[in-house]
Amino acid sequence: MSDDFNPKILGFLCNWCCYAAADAAGVSRFQYPPNLRTIRVMCTGRVDPAFIVRGFIEGADGIFTGG
Amino acid sequence: MLTNADLLALDGKPGDFTAKIRQRPRYIDADNCTACGLCTQYCPKHLVDPYNEGLALTRPIHIDYAQAVPATYYIDPSSCLHLTHDTCQICVPVCQSHAINFSQQPEEISLKIGAVILSPGFGRISKETLAKFSYGKHPDIVTAVEFERMTTASGPFLGEVKCFSDGRHPKSIAFIQCVGSRDLGCNNGYCSSVCCMYAIKEALVAKEHDPEVDITVYYMDIRTQGKEFDKAQLRAEAMGIKFVRAKVADVTPWENRLQLTYSTLDGRHEFVPHDMVVLSVGLEAPKDAHGIAKITGIELNQYDFAKSDTFDPLTTNVDGVVVAGAFQGPKDIPESVTQASAAAGLVAGMLEKQRGQGIVHTEYPEEKAMGEEVRIGVFVCHCGINIASVVDVHKVEDSVEDMEGVVYHTDSLYSCSADAVETLKERIIEHNLNRVVIAACSPRTHEPLFQETLKSAGLNRCLIEMVNIRDQCSWVHAGEPDAATNKSEDLVRMAVAKARGMQPLPEQTVPVTPKAVIVGAGIAGMTVALTLADQGFDSVLLEKGKTLGGNLGLLNHTLDASETAAKLKQLVAKVKKNKKIDVITSAELVDFSGFVGNFSSVVASGKKEHTIDHGVVVLATGGHEHRPGGYLLDENKKVLTQMELEKRLAGRAKNRAPDSIVMIQCAGSRGDDLKYCSKVCCNHAVKNALQIKELNPDSQVIVLYRDMRTYGYAEDAYREARLKGVIFIPYEIENRPEVYEKGRKLHVKFFDELMQEEMDITPDLVALSVGIVPDGTEDLSKLLKAPLTDDKFFLEAHVKLRPVELPVSGVYVCGLAHGPKPVDETIAQAQAAAAKAAIPLVKGAVSVDPIVSTVDQDKCIGCSLCVSLCPFGAIEMIKVGKRRKAQTISASCKACGICSSHCPTFAISMGGFTNEQITDQIIAFGGVKEKETADVA
Repeated sequence: MSDDFNPKILGFLCNWCCYAAADAAGVSRFQYPPNLRTIRVMCTGRVDPAFIVRGFIEGADGIFTGG
Repeated sequence: MLTNADLLALDGKPGDFTAKIRQRPRYIDADNCTACGLCTQYCPKHLVDPYNEGLALTRPIHIDYAQAVPATYYIDPSSCLHLTHDTCQICVPVCQSHAINFSQQPEEISLKIGAVILSPGFGRISKETLAKFSYGKHPDIVTAVEFERMTTASGPFLGEVKCFSDGRHPKSIAFIQCVGSRDLGCNNGYCSSVCCMYAIKEALVAKEHDPEVDITVYYMDIRTQGKEFDKAQLRAEAMGIKFVRAKVADVTPWENRLQLTYSTLDGRHEFVPHDMVVLSVGLEAPKDAHGIAKITGIELNQYDFAKSDTFDPLTTNVDGVVVAGAFQGPKDIPESVTQASAAAGLVAGMLEKQRGQGIVHTEYPEEKAMGEEVRIGVFVCHCGINIASVVDVHKVEDSVEDMEGVVYHTDSLYSCSADAVETLKERIIEHNLNRVVIAACSPRTHEPLFQETLKSAGLNRCLIEMVNIRDQCSWVHAGEPDAATNKSEDLVRMAVAKARGMQPLPEQTVPVTPKAVIVGAGIAGMTVALTLADQGFDSVLLEKGKTLGGNLGLLNHTLDASETAAKLKQLVAKVKKNKKIDVITSAELVDFSGFVGNFSSVVASGKKEHTIDHGVVVLATGGHEHRPGGYLLDENKKVLTQMELEKRLAGRAKNRAPDSIVMIQCAGSRGDDLKYCSKVCCNHAVKNALQIKELNPDSQVIVLYRDMRTYGYAEDAYREARLKGVIFIPYEIENRPEVYEKGRKLHVKFFDELMQEEMDITPDLVALSVGIVPDGTEDLSKLLKAPLTDDKFFLEAHVKLRPVELPVSGVYVCGLAHGPKPVDETIAQAQAAAAKAAIPLVKGAVSVDPIVSTVDQDKCIGCSLCVSLCPFGAIEMIKVGKRRKAQTISASCKACGICSSHCPTFAISMGGFTNEQITDQIIAFGGVKEKETADVA
């Protein structure tokens, strides 16, 4: 394994837009780095700031919210 | 849904048609195709991709685009090697779900139908017309459709704009408007209505990709007459996009650039080089319009679009055949969607007697008890080789072995295949599973299928969690099998963590009171009431005035010369006679409560008060003429509005058509008192100008305008007015015409852009095109908790896709309350609102999605923060004992979770997305760190 920074990113994806877009990226076979782990929510309005804090506590290097 | 199909013949009568249809083979069984795309990868033959305007290559076996419906591949018979040369067939063994079927033959189908909706869309401007702008002579002259594909992020160039000639990024781009529109040279006298707006959009997108690019739009009139459209042009100007009012005469290739020759209003000729030229092509009638007309018997207009009239915009001359979309006339997405709803509603009215026939109801076993123990089954899908060629499926499956709560795990080749679904059901029963995790593709496409399976196995449908290891993993990390496997394991672990907390959620249905309240009895409200009555539903029509008819009663005729008075009289009589319509005049909505299906309204009328229980409400509150200051309106009696002028012209006074008149467009609009364009005023001015010329051919009629927005077929009337001698002179916003009195004379001072000099004239009359303001929307907005735009019109739930629904469930809008629009568009929109409002009424019950918020009233402190934050008005405050507590109105909840994430006491929980579940997912995500650290060690 290289010494390059290999961040762990936690993502909150809105079911209606960002999650759908991530699906479309797949259908089009767009390639992107495999660092993201996602949690689907019905709207980014669901994302409590506490989730973001918790994500960092659990070791996320970055948090992505897509909505 | 029959795709790849042609209508061959239509016989019979309304309610009893027989349609003969030919279905061409797609050579792929739609039931088996999983849309994995493997066949395209292996197909050896190239095909120029028509979907991408020939800018990319695809294969004979392909799907046009990711969102295509049905999501099934098809084979182009004109290029497939097997179908043309009887060779190849590589795709057959490649397809693991055995979906390829070369034995398919064209089929003729005979369908018994009650009504027909024609929506074939629009056709293309001919190559000959494009050739006038040197299209085809130089590769850097492209149509706007080609440019659209080029700028699309998912298109062949991933959004990169480049010159075809040498691949360089263009430094300057010219858009030429009205190519194939407003052009008698190609027999397209009409305006295509959408090109100005799409040109602005494409220019903005190009500018976003490359902020340095210089963009000029060459136009005759910028016709951004739609709701909120002017704002787009202002934004474009703010981003540095230039708009030049000019007629482009010629485009000449000049070294590696393109030289535009154009003339401006003041008679100057200019020659300007650009790197790329985009032709804003108009919309034509569909290519097979004559064929459709022949088969169905409908009449076409002079431009080969379906013929209809102002008061029945979607009705053709053939009973039982209606039209919607661009075939009715060029139009944009919101209007096409509106017409589609309206057409569906009209047809539902025609087929009211047959409603409910042919519906198959599925029976499900009773849900079994959950029990204390968590028993999770994990199913990992190979999706043929779609997942398995990248992700180590067995490793992922093995990784769940020791996870808490997992009692069963397996893999399958295609989880969604009929036999796999049956196996899933058997395993659920056999292992007494009470929660299911399926690692496969997207829940957006496949969750409904697996939910059905759960229901048939006696489980609540909310007890499934899908993990997307295909679309969001194997497909996007194709070259990194280890990382993709790792990611799949993490996602599965997170899903299992969430699944432990899954609980069955109740399936609720709420009964609907089968009655509508319609606020406003103008042409919009009356149309809604009559359309609903046709479908068999009662409504209460509220009118604040004493009579029905609204603004239509103030008009004399429409631009296509239909008399309005007789039509209005007919309509009012129909409404009054209809037993399903209850009219209350002098009515005011004073109180409103409840939710979709169960509203309660209190209406005051004189001294009486009525309480009405109803299931839906349609807002058709209308608007009125704005009265701007600064033009001596209401100060000098020679200054009139267009409405007042119309009334005067319809009168009997001898000198009712003045010898000279100046009309001032946008008086008080588009940046004056009102920010927006009112859409109807240009048509109104042209209509009155023609009427004056009819009565007094020698009259001098001068129209001072900013952009003449006689879109669609109204362009014909504009041309007629010019031919009859009406003088149209443009002015700039910073140089508005001035109306003043001197002595007893009324003066109009303006700068003549054609003569390039200041003019001061003394007309007999001045007519102001004043714009429209909505009536009473602010009060209603508060009462119904329905949002407004900045301009005080109701804001629709989705501007393009849900144009007549408001964000609050069960509330619909049409007519001027939605935005300024002419009579025909108002009627179509009212029919659409009625069609949408009829949906809950037809169903008789509103089914509530199980994912809704619930308030724990022990924890709730009654702060009502959630009530103020909920965008859908789905939370109310109720009294529990002496305290105020929040309560979700489940039928209105859209599951966004804003309430839940903001509640200061964590009293609100989202079904299927509880705080605990999401936290468990995050904790499971945390496992990544430990494992990878271990890997490194």
